[in-house]
Amino acid sequence: MALNRSSTRDVSSALLGAGMFAPALVYMLLLVALPFALAFVYAFGDVKVGSTEYHFVGFENFASILESPSFRKALRNSFIFTIASQVLTLIGSVTLALLLDRQFRGRKWVRFLVLLPWVAPMSIGAIGWKWMLDSIYSVISWALIALHVFKPFDAPMWLGEPELAMLSVILVHSWRLLPFSTVIILAGLTAIPKDIPEAAAIDGASFWRVLFQITLPMLRPILNVAQLFGIIFTFTDMTVVYLLTQGGPFDSTQVLPSLAFSTGILGGDLAAGAAIALFIVPLLLIVAFAMLRAAHRAELT
Amino acid sequence: MAIVATRNLRKVFPHADQAAVNGIDLETNEGEFLVFLGPSGSGKSTLLRMIAGLETPTSGEVLIGGQVVNDLSPRERRIAMVFQSYALYPHLSVYENIVFPLKAQGVPKAQHRDKVNWAAGLLGLELLFSRKPRELSGGERQRVALARAIVREPAVFLLDEPLSNLDAKLRLSAREELEHFHQRIGTTTIYVTHDQVEAMAMGDRIVVLHQGTVRQIGTPMEVYDTPADAFVASFLGSPPMNLFEDGAFMVGFRPEHLQPTPASDPSGLHLQLRVSHLEYLGSEWILYAQLEGGRFADRQVVARLPSNTSGYRTGESYAFSVSGEHFHFFDKASQKRLPVRPAWP
Repeated sequence: MALNRSSTRDVSSALLGAGMFAPALVYMLLLVALPFALAFVYAFGDVKVGSTEYHFVGFENFASILESPSFRKALRNSFIFTIASQVLTLIGSVTLALLLDRQFRGRKWVRFLVLLPWVAPMSIGAIGWKWMLDSIYSVISWALIALHVFKPFDAPMWLGEPELAMLSVILVHSWRLLPFSTVIILAGLTAIPKDIPEAAAIDGASFWRVLFQITLPMLRPILNVAQLFGIIFTFTDMTVVYLLTQGGPFDSTQVLPSLAFSTGILGGDLAAGAAIALFIVPLLLIVAFAMLRAAHRAELT
Repeated sequence: MAIVATRNLRKVFPHADQAAVNGIDLETNEGEFLVFLGPSGSGKSTLLRMIAGLETPTSGEVLIGGQVVNDLSPRERRIAMVFQSYALYPHLSVYENIVFPLKAQGVPKAQHRDKVNWAAGLLGLELLFSRKPRELSGGERQRVALARAIVREPAVFLLDEPLSNLDAKLRLSAREELEHFHQRIGTTTIYVTHDQVEAMAMGDRIVVLHQGTVRQIGTPMEVYDTPADAFVASFLGSPPMNLFEDGAFMVGFRPEHLQPTPASDPSGLHLQLRVSHLEYLGSEWILYAQLEGGRFADRQVVARLPSNTSGYRTGESYAFSVSGEHFHFFDKASQKRLPVRPAWP
C-alpha cells in the first residue's frame, strides 16, 4: 500500500517535472530546432519566394555559392571582421578591466558608463555612429579638420571607401562588444586573491611581468569563455554591418550573415540564403569545440 | 641582513574613524626573530604591510638597513614575505613558483637551478618540483612559500600569520620547522600572529600591539612576567590574569599563582573561594570560582592546578592563597604598571 502510494507520487512528480520543462522545450523546438531544420531543407532544395514547388537538388546550392565572388569575399570579410574585432575587444576590455579593478573616486560612475553601449539598443548606437561617420555631417571629420589633420571638404569618407568602411565596421562592433567582455574579465579579476599580485610585487616582478605571467594566465579560462562568446556572436551577427553599410561599398564589408540575409530575404533566393547561413555552422562548431577544450584544459592545469 | 625600524609610523585608512596604526616606533636587532602580537584589528598586519611596501604610510618613516624606504617599491626593499594564504601562483609548478623571484629580479639564468635547489633543499621540496600548488598539502604549500621567499636571499623576512591555515597538529611541527629554519639562515624576521603561544615560543622579542599602538616590546619572559600595562597582562596568558580594581589601582595575579596551599609568606593574600566550574585539560585543571568574603567578594577568579590534584567539586568552598611576589599592580587611570609596589592590602 505504502509502496503503491509512493510510486503514484513518483509518477505525478515526473509528470509535474515534464510539465514544467515542456514550455522551455517547445520554445527551443519552435525557435531554434525548427528554423535550423528548415534551413537544411531549403539549402538542399530549390525553394524561391513566391513559389510552392520543392525539388531536392543535393549540394547544388553549395556548389553555386562557392563559385560566387560575393560569397568568397563575404567569407574572407567574415574572418577579417571577426578576428580584428576580437583582438581589439580583447586588448580593450583587458585594459579597461584592469583600470576599473583599481580603487578610484567615481569608479561606480565609470563602470556604469562603460556598460552603457551594451544596455542601449544597438540600432540607436549604430545610428549614432552612422551620423558620426557620415560623409557630410561627421563630427569626427569636423574634429580632425579643426585639428588641421585634414583640409576642409577633404576629410575621408568613412563609410564610402572600402578599407575605411571595413575599419569603421570593425571599430563600431568592438565598441559594442567591449562592455560585456569588460564585465566578464572584471569578474575574473575580482576572483583573483589580492595576495597573489602582491606576492608577485614583493618577489620583484614589474607591472608587465605580473600582467603577462600571473594575471593573464590566471584569467585564461575566463578569457577563453569571453573569446568563444565573442567569436560566435561576431561571426553570426550582421547588425552593425547592416545598419552602417549594408555590406557596401562594393561588398567590401559584406559578411556571411548579411550576405545570407540579402540573398535569401531581400533577393528572394531562399535556397542560396540558407546554404550561406548553414556554411557558418561547421566553422563555428570547430571554434566552439576548440575553445571549450582549451577552457577545460586550463581548468585542469 | 638588516635592521628594520619605524619612526612615528601612522596609517589612517580612508573613511576610518581611527588610525589603524597610530605612531609606532620600533627597531629590530640584527638577525632577530621579532613577533608582532595583538588581537585582530590591532594594526599588526597593517604595520607589516607598510614595512613591506604594500601599504603607504599616512605619516612617519620605515627604515631598512638605516635607509628610509618609504618611497621604494616592495621589490627595491629587498624583503621577502610569506602570506597567510601563502599566495602561491596556482598556474605554476613548485619549481616555477620558487624560481619566479629570481626571474623577476633578473638573476642570471645560469644561477637559477642552483639557487632553487638550495632553497628547496633547505625545506625538503626537491621531489615536488613538478607539482602544482593545489596538489600539495597545507604544510607543503607553506614550505614552498618559504622557499620562494628565501631563494633570493632577502635582507628581511616578513611572515604574516603563516601558520594559521594549518591544522593544530601540523601547526606545531611547522612552528618547530620555522624556528629551526630561522636559526639556520639567521635573517632578520618579523612574524605577525594573534596566537600568543606562537609568539612566546618563537619570538626573541614580542611587540604587543593594541588599537594601533605598541603596548610593550620585550622578551617573552618580560612581557609575561612584567606586563607593561593591564592590556598586556590580560592579553597574554591562557586563561588570562585575574585582574581586580581596588581603589586607585588594579591588582592582578596569574591563574597558576592562585594555589590551595596556605602560603607561609605573610604578604600573601588568603582567598576563600567557591568552585563554580571545573575543566580537566589532561595536563592541568582549570578551576573557575567565585570569591567569598574579603575585599573582592563575589568576583570571578580562575586557578590553574596540576593534573594530579584531585578532590575538588563544584559548589564546594576551599581556602586558596596568592603569595606576595606574584601580584601585579597597575594604575587604574592610565592602566600602566606601577613601577613601585604600593602598600597593599
